[in-house]
Amino acid sequence: MSEQVSQNNERHLPNLERQPFEPRALQSIILSTLTTCMAIIACIPLFSVLIMLLYRGGKRITFEVFYALPPTAFDLGGGFGNAILGTLFMVAIASLISVPFGILAAIYLAELAPDSRIATIARFCAKVLSGLPSILAGVFAYAAVVLVMGSYSAWAGGIALAILMVPTVMLTAEEAIKMVPRPMKEAAAGMGCTPAQAMLKITLPVAVPAIITGVVLAVARAAGETAPLLFTALFSDYWLRPNEPTASLAVLIYNYSGMPFPNQIELAWAASLVLVLLVFILNLISRAIGRRKTV
Amino acid sequence: MAEYNSLQQSQSISKPPTAGDMFANKAFRVLTLAFTWGIVLLLAYILYKIGGKAIPAVKEYGLGLLVGTTWDVNARTFGILPEIWGTLYSSLLALVLGGFFGVSIAIFLTQNFLPRSLETILRSIIELLAAIPSVVYGLWGIFVLIPIIRPVADFFNTHFSWIPFFYTSLSGPGMFPAALVLSIMILPTVAAISQDAFRAIPQKTKEAAFGMGTTRWEAILRVMLPTAAGGIFGALVLGLGRALGETMALAMLVGNSNQISLSVFAPANTLAALLALNFPEAGDTEIAVLMFAACVLLLITLLVNMLGALIINKTGIKR
Repeated sequence: MSEQVSQNNERHLPNLERQPFEPRALQSIILSTLTTCMAIIACIPLFSVLIMLLYRGGKRITFEVFYALPPTAFDLGGGFGNAILGTLFMVAIASLISVPFGILAAIYLAELAPDSRIATIARFCAKVLSGLPSILAGVFAYAAVVLVMGSYSAWAGGIALAILMVPTVMLTAEEAIKMVPRPMKEAAAGMGCTPAQAMLKITLPVAVPAIITGVVLAVARAAGETAPLLFTALFSDYWLRPNEPTASLAVLIYNYSGMPFPNQIELAWAASLVLVLLVFILNLISRAIGRRKTV
Repeated sequence: MAEYNSLQQSQSISKPPTAGDMFANKAFRVLTLAFTWGIVLLLAYILYKIGGKAIPAVKEYGLGLLVGTTWDVNARTFGILPEIWGTLYSSLLALVLGGFFGVSIAIFLTQNFLPRSLETILRSIIELLAAIPSVVYGLWGIFVLIPIIRPVADFFNTHFSWIPFFYTSLSGPGMFPAALVLSIMILPTVAAISQDAFRAIPQKTKEAAFGMGTTRWEAILRVMLPTAAGGIFGALVLGLGRALGETMALAMLVGNSNQISLSVFAPANTLAALLALNFPEAGDTEIAVLMFAACVLLLITLLVNMLGALIINKTGIKR
């Protein structure tokens, strides 16, 4: 029997060399080319956006745009100093609310009672909140802050952004705290630390780089958000007054993109360039910190 | 005993907690617990606030709002069916495009097509796509994308107008540019989660396939894809969740027109864009109706996101 097989094989010895036009090989080559093309096509939008930003925005960037107020309809010149300030101010409010909120909740979730029922529920709620469409954060802030205060304000905008930041900060901080090696935590407990002392003096300092990575990413996302600010902070042509409508880069881009005046459209491109640079720098910072972390 | 005394007098930093420490510990625990409850209460409060403001609209118009197709503030008739249709249609179109590209790129990045260094660069590029704010995509869409795709759209409209997808011409903003930008925005999400799904497959599975004499693509199509299918499906559902809630790019590109049309070149509207465009100048009745639209959007995205999270949980991929 085995003799027969070997004889058979000798008679029809398959060609073991690669046959590029055999259907199987052809399929492989075609699909590989196709995926390569798709990967290249997927890169086009990023480069197209960046080139257009540098080209159309770069033309308009002067020193003036950083300190001047927005121009009126037919004016030339002008800038968006108030929008930069407004964006920074509202992101700062959002961070001041969401960072302590997120980290304190994360400490409870990661360390103090990770398997308790409330922890499971809170984790679920954070995941649901992280999928909340950003415009709904704006709708909520409108109902809860604008209607109560009776006016559009930077505070309402900041709170809307904070709602978007809290789940990101919380979930990344939880992961960061969990990644601190068990022996360090146990050593602290063995030295007589209370759980609070172990957390504040040992675990948290070790987890800080990873937590900052998450916070910076959340800040970058918040800085680019438009929808939550549309009807909470609204827009303003004047310098920042926190109790009144406040300008932001994102809303400025949105408003000016629909205007029929070339100067405003150029300003929208310039503001986009500034905003994207801000967001990219924050992303790079977060990556740099994330790579350096030793835990 | 002498030993014990010397231990007590030694300069060791280990010591039992004092009463103050114990109190501080308790306070700390209560504080963190309070914030943990905070996130639960925050979600409940958001649902309560948005839901509560929508009640007047439901009282006045009933659920007819869901099937009404006109939006006329002066006649006080409202309906959000075109917006629901537009939301689902644009998201599904974006999902088909973005999903196809996202999964292909995930394959390209995980199946040793590229040297490690190029792989890292490509991954960063795809991740940076997600970092660009949606309002910038909107601006780019208006001034770059629409002028580019208009000739293409005209070609399809003149030659293939018998296909219902192409029976109107693209007059500027419309469903197709919006869905295209939307697909760029969900591509990073789909690609990232699909990559995790592919990476979760044990190396042995692939080696076994190659050992059977498969070509690279036979291994990918018959072994890797089916094994990663659960995770990829989860990635697509989460991408859909992102697309449904996306606002700015759509508000700027979809055309804000209250109609139901199969044509991808016709202008349309979505729930999120409706909120963005009408909220700032709305009166009381309109606000209530908009809150109702917000509720519908909330419900749809919650369902889709929870489904996606559930699928990802089941496949056991660590995100």
